Amino acid sequence: MSELLVKSKEIAVPGEELAIGMDFLPSYGTYRDGDKIIANKLGLVHIEGKVVKLISLSGRYVPKRGDTIIGDVTDLLMSGWRIETNSAYSAVLGMKDATSEYIARGADLSQYFAIGDWVVAKITNVTSQKLIDITMRGPGLRKLNGGRIIYINTNKVPRIIGKAGSMVSMIKDATGCKIIIGQNGVVWVQGEPEMEIHAVETIKKIERDSHVSGLTDKIKIYLETITGKKLEAQTQKYPQK
Amino acid sequence: MNDDLRSHMLKTLEKGLRYDGRKLDEFRPVSVETGVIKTAEGSARIKIGETEVLVGIKTEVGTPYPDSPDEGTIMVGVELLPLSNPAFEMGPPSINSIELARVVDRGLRESHAIDFKKLCIKKGEQIWILCIDICPINDAGNLFDAAALGAIAALQTAKFPEFDGVTINYKKLTDVSLPVSKVPVEVTVWKIGNYLIVDPSPEEQELADGRLTVATMEDGKLCAMQKGGVIPLTIEGIENMVEIAVEKTKELRSYLGGN
Amino acid sequence: MVFKREGRKNDEPRKIIAKVGIIPRADGSAYFKIGNTEAYAAVYGPRTLFPRFKQDPTKGILRCNYNMMPFSGMGNRVRPGANRRAKEISMVTEKALLPVLDLVDYPNSVVDVFIELPQTDAGSRCAGICAASMALADAGLVMKDLVCSVGVGHIDNTLLVDLDYDEEAFDGVVADIPLAVIPRTGEYTLLQMDGIIGKEDLFKVMELGKKTIGMIYEAQKNALKEKYMIEPVIAKKTAQGGIKNE
Repeated sequence: MSELLVKSKEIAVPGEELAIGMDFLPSYGTYRDGDKIIANKLGLVHIEGKVVKLISLSGRYVPKRGDTIIGDVTDLLMSGWRIETNSAYSAVLGMKDATSEYIARGADLSQYFAIGDWVVAKITNVTSQKLIDITMRGPGLRKLNGGRIIYINTNKVPRIIGKAGSMVSMIKDATGCKIIIGQNGVVWVQGEPEMEIHAVETIKKIERDSHVSGLTDKIKIYLETITGKKLEAQTQKYPQK
Repeated sequence: MNDDLRSHMLKTLEKGLRYDGRKLDEFRPVSVETGVIKTAEGSARIKIGETEVLVGIKTEVGTPYPDSPDEGTIMVGVELLPLSNPAFEMGPPSINSIELARVVDRGLRESHAIDFKKLCIKKGEQIWILCIDICPINDAGNLFDAAALGAIAALQTAKFPEFDGVTINYKKLTDVSLPVSKVPVEVTVWKIGNYLIVDPSPEEQELADGRLTVATMEDGKLCAMQKGGVIPLTIEGIENMVEIAVEKTKELRSYLGGN
Repeated sequence: MVFKREGRKNDEPRKIIAKVGIIPRADGSAYFKIGNTEAYAAVYGPRTLFPRFKQDPTKGILRCNYNMMPFSGMGNRVRPGANRRAKEISMVTEKALLPVLDLVDYPNSVVDVFIELPQTDAGSRCAGICAASMALADAGLVMKDLVCSVGVGHIDNTLLVDLDYDEEAFDGVVADIPLAVIPRTGEYTLLQMDGIIGKEDLFKVMELGKKTIGMIYEAQKNALKEKYMIEPVIAKKTAQGGIKNE
C-alpha cells in the first residue's frame, strides 16, 4: 500500500521521509531507499501525480545552459574575458562571442570589456567539469553602463520575474527604472535615485515574501502606496517577453 | 573597482539619500545587549543593522611592566572570523584586524577610560590584565563603530572574578565592577566623492575613498583618531568629519546603560 | 564522594535551542545551544578552491574549521589561532558530516564550514556538528540526512547523556564519549572516547543516547522548517478572499 507522508507546499528537510511504496516516483531533490522516498535537500514539496519532487529554496546559483546571467569581468585572457558568475565557477567569454565586430588577434581586449565592467550574457555551454562558455551575441545581451547591482536568492528569481514577466514589468512601470534580472541572482537597476530605492525595496520584499499567496496583488498595492502612482490592472497588459 | 558603479552611487548621495533609503548621517537600528557570554567576565552583543559583533572580557593576573609597576593594563584583540564575511580568511591576524584592534585600544587607553592604577594588585608584582576580544558574527559593514561600542559596553558591565592571591576562580564573579571611569565612543565618518556618510553598508565601504574614526568622551573631547583610505583630506574636510562624528557619538552613547 | 546528577535525569540532555539563518552574509548558517554550550556555524560555498593543487576534479571538498572564541573557555582566555586540539576537532567534524553530503556536482570547488564557539560548557564539538549540519542544509546542499551529535558517558557506575563541564571534571572513574549519528539509519559518523569504561557499559550508554539524538533531530528539523515556513496566520490575514493556491 503506497502512502504520501507530506503534502505539496510543505517544507522538507534532508532525510525526511516523503512517501512509502513503489507507486510514487522520486524526482529532483529526493532519493529512493527501499520502498521509501526521502528528501536529499531542503526544499518545498511538489507532488505531480505520482512524481514527488522538491523545489529548492536556498543555495548558490548552479550554471545552466540557456540562462541569462549578469556578471563582471575579472580578467582578460589570451582570447577572451573571464566573467564572474556568482556561482562556484567563472565563465569564459570568447572573442568571437563578444561582439558582432571582428576582433583581430592581439587586439587590446580592454577596449571592448575592461576589468570591472558588468555585462548581461547568455550561457551557451556548461561541461561536466563546469567550464562555462557565454555569449554576448543576442537580443538584450550587452554591457551595463551605470546603475547599481544587487544580489538576491537565485531560487527566488522566477518569483521576481513573475508569470510571463508580470512582476518585474509592474516594478518597472511603477518606478520607471530599467531592471535586468540575471538567473544567477544578480540584478541590475537603473533609474532616478528615489525610484531606484523603491524598486530595490520591492524586489527585496518579493524575495522575502515569495511564498505568500496573492503576492502580485499585494506588490501592486505596495508599489502604489510607495510611489503614489496608480497602476493599471494586471491583465494582458504585460505580454510574454 | 568599477567607476561606473561609483559615479552612480554619487548621484543618489547627491539627493541626500543612500542606496537603502537612509539619510547620509543616519545609522541603521542599533542594539546593545550585555552579559551575553557566561564564560566571560563581561560581554556585549552589538547589532547595527545586520552587522553583529560579540565582545568578551577575560581577566588575567600578570606582572606589571618595569616602567609602570603600579599599573594594570588592557589587551584588545580582534579576530575577523571567516564565519562573518566571505572575504575573511583563516590564519594569523590580517592587517585589517590589527588596525581595528589598535583603534579600539587607543580609544580606551587614551581616554583613560580605565584607571590602570586600580588594576594593580601588588605593586611591582601582580596586576590585572583585561583581555578584550572582539569577534564579528556577521559583517554587514561598520565593524569599527560596532567593535568600539561593544568593547566599552562589555567593560562597563564586567565584574572581577574571585582571586585569592594565587589562582583566579573564574566560576565565581565578585560584585566588584572594573574601574571604568570614562566612556569613549567611536564613530567613523566615510568619504565617497564629496559626500560624508556614517555607518556604511559593505557596498558603500567598498566604494568609499577614505574614512576618519573619531573617539569622543562624554564631555565632547576627542581621545583618539584614525584616518584610513588613500585620499588626502583637507582641513575643512577633517573639520566636517569630526563634527559629524562628535554629533553621532551622542546617539551611540544613548544605547549604553548607565548614561 | 558518590556521584549523583542534580536537576535532570541521567538520560536527559540540557536545554536545547536551534536556529537557522542567523548569519545573513553566509550561504547557510545556524546556531545550536545545549545548556551553556553555544555554537555558530556558517557555510560558504560551493566556491572556487584555492590553491588550485588542492582541487579535486571529481567532486567538491568539504573544509571544516572549529574555533573557540577567546572568551569561550571555563577558565583562562583561549589564545586565538589554530592549535592541535582545534585542528583535530575540525578534522573529525569533517568526517562526521561527509557521509551525508554529496558534492559530486561541484568538481574543483570547496564548501567551507566555519564553526565558532562563543561560550562552552563541555560538548562543544557535538554542538558544532549539530549547528554545521543545519547550516549545510540551509545552504541548499545535497545531503541524504542531517547529522545529530551529543556526548554520552559515565561517572563511576552512573551512565549519563550530555555531560557538562563539572561532570566531566568529577573526581571518579569518568568516560566521555562524543557521538554523531545519521538519524535515519542510526549509523555513527563520530565516535571518540576519553576515560575508562566497560565494554557492556559502552553499548548501554550508546543506547541511552538514542532518545537525545531523536530530540536533537526534532530541534534541527523544526529550526529549518521555521526559517522557510509560510506563516499560515499571516497568509490568512493578508490574502484577499482567503488563501488561494497559486
